[in-house]
Amino acid sequence: MAHRFPVLVRGLVVPAALLWLATVPAAGQARSAGARPGGSAAKAYTPPRTPDGQPDLQGIWSNTTITPLERPKGVTGEFFTPEEAIEAAKRAAAEEAEQTEPGTIADVHYDFTQFGLDRSQSAMALSLRTSLIVDPTDGKLPPLSEEGRRRAAERAAERKRRGGPHDAVQNEPLGARCILMDRNGPPMIGGAYNNDYQIMQAPGYVMILTEMLHDVRIIPLDGRPHLPPNVRQWTGSYRGRWEGQTLVVETTNLTDKFAFQGASENMRLTERFTRTDEDTIRYQFTVDDPSTWTRPWSAEVLWKKTTGPIFEHACHEGNYGLYNTLSGARAEEKRNAEEAAKKGSLK
Amino acid sequence: MRKWLRPALMASLGLALTVIPAGGQSRTYRAPRSADGKPNFNGIWQALNEAYWDIEAHAAAPGPVLELGASHATAGGLSIIDGLTIPYKPEALQKKQQNYANRLKLDPEIRCYLPGVPRANYMPYPFQVVQGPKYIMMIHTYAGAVRTIYMDDHKEAPADSWMGWSNGHWEGETLVVDTTGFNDQTWFDRAGNFHSDALHVVERYTATSPDHLLYEATIEDPNVFTRPWKISMLLYRRLEKNAQIMEFRCVEFVEELIYGRLRKQPGK
Repeated sequence: MAHRFPVLVRGLVVPAALLWLATVPAAGQARSAGARPGGSAAKAYTPPRTPDGQPDLQGIWSNTTITPLERPKGVTGEFFTPEEAIEAAKRAAAEEAEQTEPGTIADVHYDFTQFGLDRSQSAMALSLRTSLIVDPTDGKLPPLSEEGRRRAAERAAERKRRGGPHDAVQNEPLGARCILMDRNGPPMIGGAYNNDYQIMQAPGYVMILTEMLHDVRIIPLDGRPHLPPNVRQWTGSYRGRWEGQTLVVETTNLTDKFAFQGASENMRLTERFTRTDEDTIRYQFTVDDPSTWTRPWSAEVLWKKTTGPIFEHACHEGNYGLYNTLSGARAEEKRNAEEAAKKGSLK
Repeated sequence: MRKWLRPALMASLGLALTVIPAGGQSRTYRAPRSADGKPNFNGIWQALNEAYWDIEAHAAAPGPVLELGASHATAGGLSIIDGLTIPYKPEALQKKQQNYANRLKLDPEIRCYLPGVPRANYMPYPFQVVQGPKYIMMIHTYAGAVRTIYMDDHKEAPADSWMGWSNGHWEGETLVVDTTGFNDQTWFDRAGNFHSDALHVVERYTATSPDHLLYEATIEDPNVFTRPWKISMLLYRRLEKNAQIMEFRCVEFVEELIYGRLRKQPGK
């Protein structure tokens, strides 16, 4: 399959992926948060303080990762060796380079690699983890609870009832509709490209701007109560506090429309942001939703400092893709109906 | 005249002079400082006027949707413009009138599009200022619109955008924001007042009390207006306990309006 892709593109991408991994053993970064534990624990890094005394998380960050949420089949260890990680990065880069097929309809979609949007050309923190999920230790989502199984079946039936994926705008994925993307969360997990965030702090607040969808969470730190239970928001009600060097954000009041990994609106999310060195934030989150899973589960992603600026992502305003998808589906139905009518008249 | 007079006065007095008295309040006020010694504008702010309907003076009028009755009728309001009216070129005035007549189809607000500048600041919802030495963020309720004001790294706009590219600096008590790089898609209000992609907005934010900002903006667009013109109003601090910017993810609310006609018809 690989032979049909220009050597140039492959040559461009793979070294870029190797570039960051090449620093693995040499720079001794194996002590960073996502790396294999053991040996001497990293010297506790003390981040600088903001003028009002908060540990300083400010800057522009990327949570790009090639680590899947769940540990892939056939991988048993919790961590890769650096050599295995390099192989995994090469594979990921090659797969991203192969997303277009020159001269075919697949080529109509722009090639991420040409615009530097693919993950191997992004700032990416080193992690040797084989899954983002750290608890359960098998790196898999815990089993669904009985209620969780029932709701998954109900949701599948409801999707079927509403028709095909392009029958109506409401059937399209939330990201394609510019409503919410995985980068926005909550929890905030990187996607295939543009996983950039800007964090700013002001007295009493931490602000996190996700470039995708120009989405902002202004997290109050003053201990105020959550929104009343009847007020549900796509990104919920979020309140923060500092525990030592760690920003802890609790989110409730979610809807069942985002349904992160199949969660219910009762999902309670705890996120922890810890700056582990000048260029890295360890982002950990715990999902607690007994109406979906038999036990809470936790994951960890590293955020790497990157460069700005953050630009305006006017997704909805320029959403030709959604318009074309829907109008294309209608045109196809029309053509099929006409062909069927023609066949009928020939009989 | 004001151009040279104001800096001169500020320099000599070390104080900002505001043009509009805020409800009879003092015309000189020194704002509390942020950690870097600049006036501290952190907080949640909101305009309290009827300019979002029409920035020119206007009487109350029925709304364009029969079923919404009085609830979406236009409330009357006074002009926020120095000189009361917008100095349109004749052909631009015609286009404004067409925009008004077709506002139900054309107003970008109806479609949940980003509001542009200065419209974002006087929509009937609050916005929050998060202020740092390098960036000042303005986060608006409506459509979750965001502006980044670059305080120390001034650049040309890298491309046109809905909210423009904003470079800021301090002039004594006043935050001055120079914004260019707009597209030609946004309006100034629900009445069809518009601009081209040559729009250039210079805003001045000056505290007149702990809870009031005087907001002034000079609007320049040689494609549409015969000369630069200026608006001004007050922004009020939202003082309610636990005030916060609520989610207003309006895309979901307009999808049927925009894409509904592309829905699969039953039986096809």
